[in-house]
Amino acid sequence: MVNIGACVKEPGSTRKNKTGSWRTFKPILDKEKCIDCENCVLFCPEGCINKDYDIDYDYCKGCGICAEECPVKAIKMERG
Amino acid sequence: MEIREEEFLAPGHRGCAGCGATVGVRLALKALGKNTVAVSATGCLEVITTPYPETAWDIPWIHVAFENAAAVASGVERALKTQGKDAQVVAFAGDGGTADIGLQALSGAMERGHNIIYICYDNEAYMNTGVQRSGATPYGASTTTSPPGKESFGEDKPKKNIPMIMAAHGVPYVATASISYPEDFMKKVQKAKEIDGPAYIHLHQPCTTGWGFDPSKTIELGRLAVETGSWILYEIEDGEFHVTYRPLQRKMVDEYLMAQKRFKHLTEEERERIQHNVDALCTELKI
Ligand SMILES: Cc1ncc(C[n+]2csc(CCOP(=O)(O)OP(=O)(O)O)c2C)c(N)n1
Ligand code: SF4
Ligand code: SF4
Ligand code: SF4
Ligand SMILES: [Mg+2]
Repeated sequence: MVNIGACVKEPGSTRKNKTGSWRTFKPILDKEKCIDCENCVLFCPEGCINKDYDIDYDYCKGCGICAEECPVKAIKMERG
Repeated sequence: MEIREEEFLAPGHRGCAGCGATVGVRLALKALGKNTVAVSATGCLEVITTPYPETAWDIPWIHVAFENAAAVASGVERALKTQGKDAQVVAFAGDGGTADIGLQALSGAMERGHNIIYICYDNEAYMNTGVQRSGATPYGASTTTSPPGKESFGEDKPKKNIPMIMAAHGVPYVATASISYPEDFMKKVQKAKEIDGPAYIHLHQPCTTGWGFDPSKTIELGRLAVETGSWILYEIEDGEFHVTYRPLQRKMVDEYLMAQKRFKHLTEEERERIQHNVDALCTELKI
């Protein structure tokens, strides 16, 4: 049988796929140092940093963009 | 600028760590809000966000083929209008899907005047199929189909100027943008939404895998492109051209080129030629 198309009915269902397993380096965010600039939130390719600056490690791939873009170096990349 | 907290692209997608394409989509959807229908052309974005039977999209989304994002967006816009529904239709297509195979569908949609926003996320090659050149690949870049060697030195043609081709259609809104300047980009997306008629936004998007740089540098590379004058942020509103961001002190193009593997093979003479071309355009635009 040939399928002419497909429909996915569950929005946002890639959430089932925990990309945190891809990670080599882990971003650790120091809220004491944070100055609320939101760079990390805006630039994370996974959208996995929330408004309270909690990082969702279930999805964080460890790219390091947040650490690189933090103006006050409040985020450090650590192994593991 | 008020930025929505809500996210409309879910994590768990299969983009490379540090992918700039998903940053672009997240920002665009934050600017547009929930009442949006998205269309994608075949390419990285489509592949990484919809590994069947999953989807990363939290809004309605449709994909048909590589060449017809603009035609599909036109059809969706007209269908919604006929049903009396009011939602913004936005198309996301790669540079290959825009500058090459999708160009006639895009030209037709612009000509017919559909009320759509078309965003080309430009990573300057066919990334999904393994980094082949596109019409939007810049001069000098190494790709798998423009390799440096005895017979060639990389891409030998200048980047095709798609935003200006769109402007020549006389559409009400055309802009360039970069994922590294989120406010500038999101303001442009909001303007595009307010405008009645077709809007075209050409979004520069560094690609860690295809360009050859560390994933943490995606935003930095986009910024270097703009700060060196290699990528210019402007908009054309009802035919009025104006630059929306001017670097305080333009950096040397070398700084941008040498940070990427795809330009590493260039000789000093070739890099000087690129600097010369950038200088000429920037002088004309007073950048
Ligand atoms: C008609 C047709 N030709 C070729 C392909 C194979 N193909 C799929 S994606 C792609 C390249 C996409 O490049 P681009 O539009 O720049 O998007 P990117 O993957 O870089 O995000 C190609 C050649 C196809 N799907 N359909
Ligand atoms: S390391 Fe990358 S994926 Fe992880 S939180 Fe930072 S920006 Fe997001
Ligand atoms: S980038 Fe740094 S300072 Fe800015 S919000 Fe994130 S942690 Fe805070
Ligand atoms: S190849 Fe480039 S554009 Fe494609 S998913 Fe990877 S980083 Fe993103
Ligand atoms: Mg591309």
